Amino acid sequence: MMVEAGCYAIIALGLTIQWGYAGLFNVGIMGFIAAGAATSMIMSFPRNEDFWASAGPSMVGLFIVKLVLCGLALWAVNRSATWGLGPKLRALLTAVVIAISYLVLSDHMAAMSNEIESASGWMGGLGLPVVVGWIVAGIIAGAIAWFVGKICLGLRADYLAIATLGIAQIIKTFLKNADWLTRGTLTVSPLPWPVQTPSDGEFIFARASYLTVVAIAIVIIYLLLQRAYNAPWGRMMRAIRDNENAASSMGKNVNRRRLEIFVLGCVLMGFGGAVLIHFASIYDPSGFLDLNHTFLVWVMVILGGSGNNRGAIFGAVFVYIIWVMSEPVALWLFSMIGTYGEAWLGWEPPSDLASRALQMRVFVIGLTITLVLRFAPQGVLPERQARH
Amino acid sequence: MNELVFFLNKGLISGLIIGSIYALGAVGVTLIFGILRFAHFAHGDMMTLGAFVTLILTAALASLGIVLPVPLAFVAMFPAMVITAFLAIGLDKTFYKPLRQAGARPVVLVMASVGVTLMLQGIIRLFAGVRGRDMFLEAPKEIFRIPFPGASRPVIITEPQVLLVGFVLVAVIVLHWFLTRSRLGKAMRAVSDNPELARITGINTNHVVWATWIIGGALACAAGTLLSMDVTLKPDLSFNILLPIFAATIVGGIGQPYGAIAGGFLVGFCETLAVFNWSILLRPIKDDLWFEVPNNMALVPTEYKLMVPFLILIIVLIYRPTGIFRGRVLT
Repeated sequence: MMVEAGCYAIIALGLTIQWGYAGLFNVGIMGFIAAGAATSMIMSFPRNEDFWASAGPSMVGLFIVKLVLCGLALWAVNRSATWGLGPKLRALLTAVVIAISYLVLSDHMAAMSNEIESASGWMGGLGLPVVVGWIVAGIIAGAIAWFVGKICLGLRADYLAIATLGIAQIIKTFLKNADWLTRGTLTVSPLPWPVQTPSDGEFIFARASYLTVVAIAIVIIYLLLQRAYNAPWGRMMRAIRDNENAASSMGKNVNRRRLEIFVLGCVLMGFGGAVLIHFASIYDPSGFLDLNHTFLVWVMVILGGSGNNRGAIFGAVFVYIIWVMSEPVALWLFSMIGTYGEAWLGWEPPSDLASRALQMRVFVIGLTITLVLRFAPQGVLPERQARH
Repeated sequence: MNELVFFLNKGLISGLIIGSIYALGAVGVTLIFGILRFAHFAHGDMMTLGAFVTLILTAALASLGIVLPVPLAFVAMFPAMVITAFLAIGLDKTFYKPLRQAGARPVVLVMASVGVTLMLQGIIRLFAGVRGRDMFLEAPKEIFRIPFPGASRPVIITEPQVLLVGFVLVAVIVLHWFLTRSRLGKAMRAVSDNPELARITGINTNHVVWATWIIGGALACAAGTLLSMDVTLKPDLSFNILLPIFAATIVGGIGQPYGAIAGGFLVGFCETLAVFNWSILLRPIKDDLWFEVPNNMALVPTEYKLMVPFLILIIVLIYRPTGIFRGRVLT
């Protein structure tokens, strides 16, 4: 349980720098976690020899080549203003390029997924070390964040919220349906651990060493963030958050800095998601829920104190423990209500009482968010304001 | 001709239906966005809430044994709209107003609305369970089969769909009249354009805020009810319907009710036409074509339906952040 709390702490650190340092509202944490988890799973899962023997690898290679070509074409069109093309022609060209690349890519993807699914079931992993998988997970999540951020960060935070909400749903749908890549709803297990797995060693020792790895990761990230926070870079970030106009008139490039921090935060989320999923040891794309992976993290951050790294870690551990314990408590409470209601009032409890009881937790999360925002916007450990 | 009828049924009519739902939702979102200046994430759940209020009232009416020529749910919708409007004002008073008065940043309000979303979701599922429900308690819904000249299959329209289209037309006309003719509607437009100036000229901002929530809540209730009359009432409407509604709002231009209606229909049609299987239309002329018609020519697989509003949103944000109707870009 502490390991999972630690993973949530990494994710919460990612969110606290987005929200606390730069005031970016990200409601798509689940998407970045899912993307990181899937990447890490692909990187580190043992190779599927059937796949490498079939025509699959060449098709995947060709797909990547086509993807790069389409990306280059789009980039060239975007840059065509420097070669003297008018805005109307450029818009037309962009539309044409997007349409062609969409048709080419989706056609190829359909053929590829059919081929792979019929020949070898799914793609399998690359068999790389787990730590490599975690780092690549962060990079992929960051790359997705870069695209989203590039589009939305020039506008107000509301647009970013809407866009991240959308991208999270889309990533989840993609991972759920792309059977060739992630085996879809069939789930992948067991995922390798960077340390001894419980199956071939002592149970407690394996878990303890995993916990150590997570703790080391948290400490490194925390120290780096703390240093960044006190560095000129962190000061500039807070200046932008507190007064955007003043910061931009001092010559700071507001959008570029925001993009930096958004990508950085999402890298941490992808990394944390990968660590989380490896500990669970089973990759299940439908197991990523908005509630568990987005709003729970939000509660951790705002309760622990936004803009304070220690607050985020504390909030993550504290809230996660409560969250885990709340499940049996809610079930017990509702079974009590059911029994006594039946005995005293003659009230017949509905059959799905247990699944309804868990909905109580949704309500409590929402209530916590609104109450904390209203009565304790600083959180338990508030950001320390330097006074000069 | 059967292919054309299929296109009418699956493409145009369902686009019209889902577009109307999005339009009703987007009007509320755009008004709240324009006047209170935050993206209201709880709108999807306000729809579900409204639909449940209607369901309860319908059950009450049905148990009284009332029989009417129109479905009971449609009749129950009007008192439910009033109730939802009051609930919306209540939500505003308890959750958003204190934050507004404390001078919180708009993004904090957005976050509060996410919290409200979760609370509503939790409450609705707690009391109603997670299964789908049918709004037609007393009788199955009527289905009109209109024969189409030259085709063996009829065009199918169900009763709730007719009611929905009729309701949207009436709602648009009433809204137009309200916003351009009545004093309060004019005040709303003034606040949306320039809140400071409006306050200085003596417009009661509180009344404007109430009117916004009343319109938003009532239309959300109507949209939720009509949607669940068309299919079934499920408690997990929220996030899947929220993205198209936001896309419609931004495409239409924030603060522009007419834009929201146009955007709603645009998103609705794009969505249904993107998942429509175009090869069916090509089948009659397949001998004359130079290529072989594949079985499935949908632009987007049905699972990725949500991608369509998202792509529309992104394209609009890149190329025309003001939307079609030149709304505001909040900075």
